[in-house]
Amino acid sequence: MDRLARRRSFDYLMKAISTGFAVISLLALAWILFTLVSLGLPALTSTIFTNVMSDGGLLNAIVGSLVMVAIALLIGGPIGIMAGTFLAEAGRGSKFADAVRFINDILLSAPSILIGLFVYQMIVVPTNSFSGWAGAVALAIIIMPVVVRTTEDMLTLVPVSLREAAFALGAPMWKVIVAVTWRAARTGIVTGILLALARAAGETAPLLFTSFGNPNWTLDLAAAFPSLPAAINQLAQNPAPEQVSIAWAGALLITVGVLALNIITRVVLAPKK
Amino acid sequence: MSAIVGSSTDTDTALADVARGSPSPEARHVPGAGLDPIFKAALYGCSGLILVLLASILILLFWGGWPALATFGPSFYWSTVWNPVTEKFGAGVMIYGTLFTGILALLIALPMSFGIAFFLTEIAPVSSRRPVGMAIQLLAAVPSIIFGMWGVAAIIPLMANYIQPPLIWIFSSIPVLGYLFKGPASGLGMLTAGIILAFMVIPFITAMFVEILESVPAMLKESAYGVGCTTYEVFRNVSVPYGRTALVGATMLGFGRALGETMAVTYVIGNANRISASLFASGSTIASTIANEFPDAPAGSLRNQSLLELGFALFVISFIVLAISRMLVRTGTK
Repeated sequence: MDRLARRRSFDYLMKAISTGFAVISLLALAWILFTLVSLGLPALTSTIFTNVMSDGGLLNAIVGSLVMVAIALLIGGPIGIMAGTFLAEAGRGSKFADAVRFINDILLSAPSILIGLFVYQMIVVPTNSFSGWAGAVALAIIIMPVVVRTTEDMLTLVPVSLREAAFALGAPMWKVIVAVTWRAARTGIVTGILLALARAAGETAPLLFTSFGNPNWTLDLAAAFPSLPAAINQLAQNPAPEQVSIAWAGALLITVGVLALNIITRVVLAPKK
Repeated sequence: MSAIVGSSTDTDTALADVARGSPSPEARHVPGAGLDPIFKAALYGCSGLILVLLASILILLFWGGWPALATFGPSFYWSTVWNPVTEKFGAGVMIYGTLFTGILALLIALPMSFGIAFFLTEIAPVSSRRPVGMAIQLLAAVPSIIFGMWGVAAIIPLMANYIQPPLIWIFSSIPVLGYLFKGPASGLGMLTAGIILAFMVIPFITAMFVEILESVPAMLKESAYGVGCTTYEVFRNVSVPYGRTALVGATMLGFGRALGETMAVTYVIGNANRISASLFASGSTIASTIANEFPDAPAGSLRNQSLLELGFALFVISFIVLAISRMLVRTGTK
């Protein structure tokens, strides 16, 4: 074989291997979905939605997750948007902003179980009780850095001339930001919030020692509070097979929800290229 | 006419004021400007909160774990004893397990991410790049606990029946290498955890790789094609060297993520307190130990404090890895 033929065949080989790797990761996703559907769908009866955990369903866990994620969003969303706005607008180029950006990037990838430990030390130990509030705060800490990052990224895409036009009309800074830059970037900011929400909804580790879990119906945020991931974790380790299949039904629900949220935000809200 | 003249004089004065740096009293009166200091304070406050948050995580974990460190001394970090009955605790096994699974994950994820990034930037037809890239990103959205349950239901049987027995059969008689493949084919263990971690970090590494490789100037690549390079040669000799600093940074980010993954690892690693060179041995990581034992460790007990000290160690390790990663990515893409 001459040199050119050898180089060509090596090129084909590397292309084949690379394509193979891409196929393997797509197959992994397909395999996960197949496992979830084949084990979760048979257990997905109406009981899941009507009964509480102690009674063979997941109703309290689903509601508990929705409540905690909603509170987490109300805490983490506004703080994240304000901090992201600061990084893109007021603090551009300052040392303080660089430090905030750096620390935010660390928080973005920090192990989520440590967020759970932190909130345990901060809220559960002093109040001497697991609580829905503690769980919501832990999820808020997960949501916040994601929102900061996407808000900053989206606001930097807004043309400077748009802001200058608003300032030239005599608008104060808050009006320029609220009525012009936020409005121009609102699709992007909403995308960030929805992706953060999808991430928080599936988190288990930070809830293990904060909201803990609760097999019964409760809306009392000051006590141990149910959540879907914690319920799945508890049921999956149960020796009884019918409990494990309820866990799979819950796993199917949460994955479909999270993936649907991801697909919708990426396809519908994505900037058209 | 006079009105226009008047206004032009006003404008001149205002412009002169602006040039001097002090707006005239009329120009200073902007309706609603009174809210600006409040708005600015809120912006600064929320940003400051992020710094406070990280500092408080560090302080609370350090403070919570301090009694354990004071009891066992620095040897806490390499002692391999973890015995709740005799109340002797050491982090050696968990730190070893964390780094071992993280490195295994990286050894699998790195070539795959390079391959997928090569596929997405050079090989795939342009129209299919976005959907394929998005599907791989969806892998990152799957919750950690789902990876764990999938690992138990799908990967553990696969490893136990089809992967571990032949590997043990091939390698067990070879000296040195045999140690890597020793032990029962239970399906659990370090390699299984490493494989699942790899699939969890591949989307993160790939996404950054694609972004970095897409920023390589087309001119550079075209000149390489011009002298007769094949697609792979351009990728290997032009694109990758061009972005190497950022590529290393992206890899570190994947490593940092793998170190702290909790639920997926807890389900498949076997949760045993021992150090073994074997890929098939059960072990534990810092995160899996905290998840498993924290509920049984009442606040104020030495076990609870040792777990908090473990958490502090994990935080410091992740912080260093992520900080280096971020610096490399920033300098590499500038």
